[in-house]
Amino acid sequence: MEWETVIGLEVHVQLATKSKIFSGASTQFGAEPNTQACAIDLGFPGVLPVLNTETVTMAIKLGLGINADITQRSIFARKNYFYPDLPKGYQISQHEHPVVSKGFLDITLDDGSVKRIHITRAHLEEDAGKSLHEDFHGQSGIDLNRAGTPLLEIVSEPDIRSAKEAVAYLKTVHSLVRYLEISDGNMQEGSFRCDANVSVRRKGDSKLGTRTELKNINSFRFVERAIEFEVERQIALIESGGKVMQETLLYDPSKNETRTMRSKEEANDYRYFPDPDLLPLLITAEQIEAIRKQLPELPQQKRQRFTEQYGLSQYDATVMASNRATADFFETVVKESGNQPKLAANWVMGELSAALNKADQDITESPVTAKQLGQLVLRIADNTISGKIAKTIFEALWNQEGDVDHIIEKRGLKQVTDSSAIEALIDKIMAANPQQVMDYRAGKDKLFSFFVGQAMKESGGKVNPQQLNAILIEKLK
Amino acid sequence: MSLTSDDVKKIAHLARLNLPEADAPLYTTQLSNILHFIEQMNQANTAHIDAIAHSLDLTQRLRSDQITETDQREAFQAIAPAVEAGLYLVPKVIDEE
Amino acid sequence: MDYKTIAELSRDLAAKKISSVELTQYFLDRIQKFDKQLNSFITVTPEHALQEAKRADEWRAAGKGGPLTGIPIAQKDIFCTQGIKTTCGSKMLDNFISPYDATVISKFKEAGTVLLGKTNMDEFAMGSSNENSYYGPVKNPWDLERTPGGSSGGSSAAVAAYLAPGATGTDTGGSIRQPAALAGITGIKPTYGRVSRYGMIAYASSLDQGGPMTRTAEDAAMLLNAMSGFDPRDSTSVDSPVPDYTATLNDSIAGLRIGLPKEFFDKGLDSDVAKVIETAIKEYEKLGATVREIHLPNTALSIPAYYVIAPAECSSNLARFDGVRYGYRCDDPIDLEDLYKRSRSEAFGIEVKRRIMIGTYALSAGYYDAYYLKAQKVRGLIRQDFMNAFEQVDVIAGPTSPTAAFKLGEKVNDPVSMYLSDIYTIAVNLAGLPGISIPAGFAHNLPIGLQLIGNYFTEAKLLNAAHQYQKATDWHTRRPEGF
Repeated sequence: MEWETVIGLEVHVQLATKSKIFSGASTQFGAEPNTQACAIDLGFPGVLPVLNTETVTMAIKLGLGINADITQRSIFARKNYFYPDLPKGYQISQHEHPVVSKGFLDITLDDGSVKRIHITRAHLEEDAGKSLHEDFHGQSGIDLNRAGTPLLEIVSEPDIRSAKEAVAYLKTVHSLVRYLEISDGNMQEGSFRCDANVSVRRKGDSKLGTRTELKNINSFRFVERAIEFEVERQIALIESGGKVMQETLLYDPSKNETRTMRSKEEANDYRYFPDPDLLPLLITAEQIEAIRKQLPELPQQKRQRFTEQYGLSQYDATVMASNRATADFFETVVKESGNQPKLAANWVMGELSAALNKADQDITESPVTAKQLGQLVLRIADNTISGKIAKTIFEALWNQEGDVDHIIEKRGLKQVTDSSAIEALIDKIMAANPQQVMDYRAGKDKLFSFFVGQAMKESGGKVNPQQLNAILIEKLK
Repeated sequence: MSLTSDDVKKIAHLARLNLPEADAPLYTTQLSNILHFIEQMNQANTAHIDAIAHSLDLTQRLRSDQITETDQREAFQAIAPAVEAGLYLVPKVIDEE
Repeated sequence: MDYKTIAELSRDLAAKKISSVELTQYFLDRIQKFDKQLNSFITVTPEHALQEAKRADEWRAAGKGGPLTGIPIAQKDIFCTQGIKTTCGSKMLDNFISPYDATVISKFKEAGTVLLGKTNMDEFAMGSSNENSYYGPVKNPWDLERTPGGSSGGSSAAVAAYLAPGATGTDTGGSIRQPAALAGITGIKPTYGRVSRYGMIAYASSLDQGGPMTRTAEDAAMLLNAMSGFDPRDSTSVDSPVPDYTATLNDSIAGLRIGLPKEFFDKGLDSDVAKVIETAIKEYEKLGATVREIHLPNTALSIPAYYVIAPAECSSNLARFDGVRYGYRCDDPIDLEDLYKRSRSEAFGIEVKRRIMIGTYALSAGYYDAYYLKAQKVRGLIRQDFMNAFEQVDVIAGPTSPTAAFKLGEKVNDPVSMYLSDIYTIAVNLAGLPGISIPAGFAHNLPIGLQLIGNYFTEAKLLNAAHQYQKATDWHTRRPEGF
């Protein structure tokens, strides 16, 4: 029995505006409870919403980034339900006429192939507050700072066929919203939230199985595990004669299992209707064009360009392009290095990445600038220094000892490339180690590395390895 | 359209209103009467008219992205029924088993 | 003192014949003396009022202020007033001290008026008789056994009995015009979007409008000047300049084309009321207006459409009253559901609950198209009727209410019959048009109102037409006995 997994993903992206979508209160994370909840956010009698222009701009950017249709006249609708973190007793969202519809994103799978995931829609809405369940004598405490924060909900078609594809899609969306600078995509702080709709069906079946909704999973790793668990659970259930119930589930990472959420109410009837306090949102072709012109090169395009222009592999291109800061850094390194993209990529993904991870720093905080790294790569490429010495210089750069050439000069790290100097060096070593010379000539080939080691030691690692090898081979004949 | 008392109970629940058993018949009758009355609308031929949500054909004005509100927690919570440590208190909210 | 109009009082203040403090004290005394009989005020604010009056006098002395500086007025208890109880006629907000001012209130403060107090009203503006108030019914000063109309019954009774020279009301299906008619005063509902709704507690968001209730059209023009204008806090507020409504009051109305809708003069109209209206129309002809019959064929559909749209919007607008952040909260809720259900059920009156339930039903799954969507289409038909009519006439006239003031208790148990009393006013709200009611005579010794309806943003024309009528007649100067 072959099973097929069908997954649709909903991502709630918190938009990085200064103020809320319908009020002028601050959206800054981490404030004291209810100090950023104004009269409008609190739903006092008589208050009214007014739309934040930046949220519209960001929605348009996202729409362009996913190759979607931007709706000319979109409508805000009320989603009515009772919950303490929802002050007005309704959420202002969009229902039948969302601001963005029918887009797609291409994702790169593990095997390097590209798959297109269609996106049904993206719409603007306001976030709710938070309930804190620490005991207040058997009560819950409600913080409404978050109420009114702008969200963009992005809904994919059920095109995704595995947990890994789901993660690839989410990472692609994540990268895009950061590229567009519409969200900081911080999953721990809740500015990038994923819900997964998961169902299974027998391979070849065209009908969709009953789906469950996995809510609020806050890391990519957990998304993968949660989906995998749920798929297995559903398959086991069906195979044992049971039926999948349509329900909302929470993922528990500590137990690696999904659990039923106690329903807030039976199948909610949200009674959507157009919000009479807001008018239709008009977006013109001119506005869209003006925003399109300002868009940075998007990850997809950049990835493509990196493979074409720099000859990077799909994988390397994806890594370099995934993050705008990394991509910009990389390109500066390439430029400074006199166009050494592969070497540049190796250094960025290798030494630099390791050092940053160890110091728990972001590439934007790197003590080694892109220009400096570029110069380092240049000096390797032009043979001034060897790759090995470059590592030493990198450390020195990290410790802010100055620029590459300055360090090379100061520490005398120039590679020895003068043939006669190398010959003299080899002569010296051979003279000092006559037994090993004889043994080598007698057939002990392994001793070659001994001579290399000695040469390196004697020269403080500065002798050019390729030349050393070549001359050593000659001399040892 | 006549409502049953079950219908009325469901509506009351959606609207978070209590419907005492004793009141159910009266509510059911009155609400049914109102709905009958409303159904006169069905006489209207609305095939060729657009629904209007607002009288004038205007579109939404946009507000610039500025922080214009300051912290007024003290004033706002002075009139709140139950607060502690700056939070609004409600009977415990449980959303998982 | 005579029942002086706001315009007259304004001149007296400017001429220093009287101070605002004296004037304010005069009205506070009248409220003290007479309101027991009427119950038109929920909250009277004597200290606050006298402080504002003192400030107003200082302003005037310094040569500052405008025509309304120092004029005492009453505010319908639907407008949020900072630091002052704002109840909306409901137990739900009996303990609500508003932390902020409605835009209309701010504007009146800027104009320098004095707040006498907050007037009684049907709970959450739902009603046509002011019998739905948590604070008890309001009595009509013309006959204490009758209603002054609703939902702005407190304002209409207070102005009719001269407990305030002017007041504000709100109108969603007729709640300024109908009480103005039943209490024999002038009331105007402006074009939707003319007056800011920020801080005006919402009933039906796409229909609500605030407006003045006064003894004359001139006074109404003065108050409307202060109330009107674009508000960036209200997305439905219209950004168009506000004319000086007093500047054109004296324009001649010769050639004004008046339309009389056939549908407004059918068998539902009391024959004595019809006579009063006919006489009033003749008066307009004397002033040079021409009159012709017009048709508003979908008039009858306006009530059912309204009773879908308004309850639907209100069922959502009133969801915020949940006992969590402000307002009434039941004692010792055992869980969340209990908190919501008991707080709401104990604090909302029966009419409010009825409308919430109708609205909830109309929006619920499977019924949205049949009810809400259908009603919004009927709304389209009604607007079309008016637009067609306005191609032929400048102003539409008719009775404001099918009957004079009815007895308290008469319609309270029959919601539908209560709803039918809004037949002439409701369509105006659905179309978002401006409408004014002015005293036009008496039937059965009770005041009768004439309604004039104009095209969008023609408040100046309506006030002009009303003022010209009031120069030629004296119905608006009549006073109820005993006040």
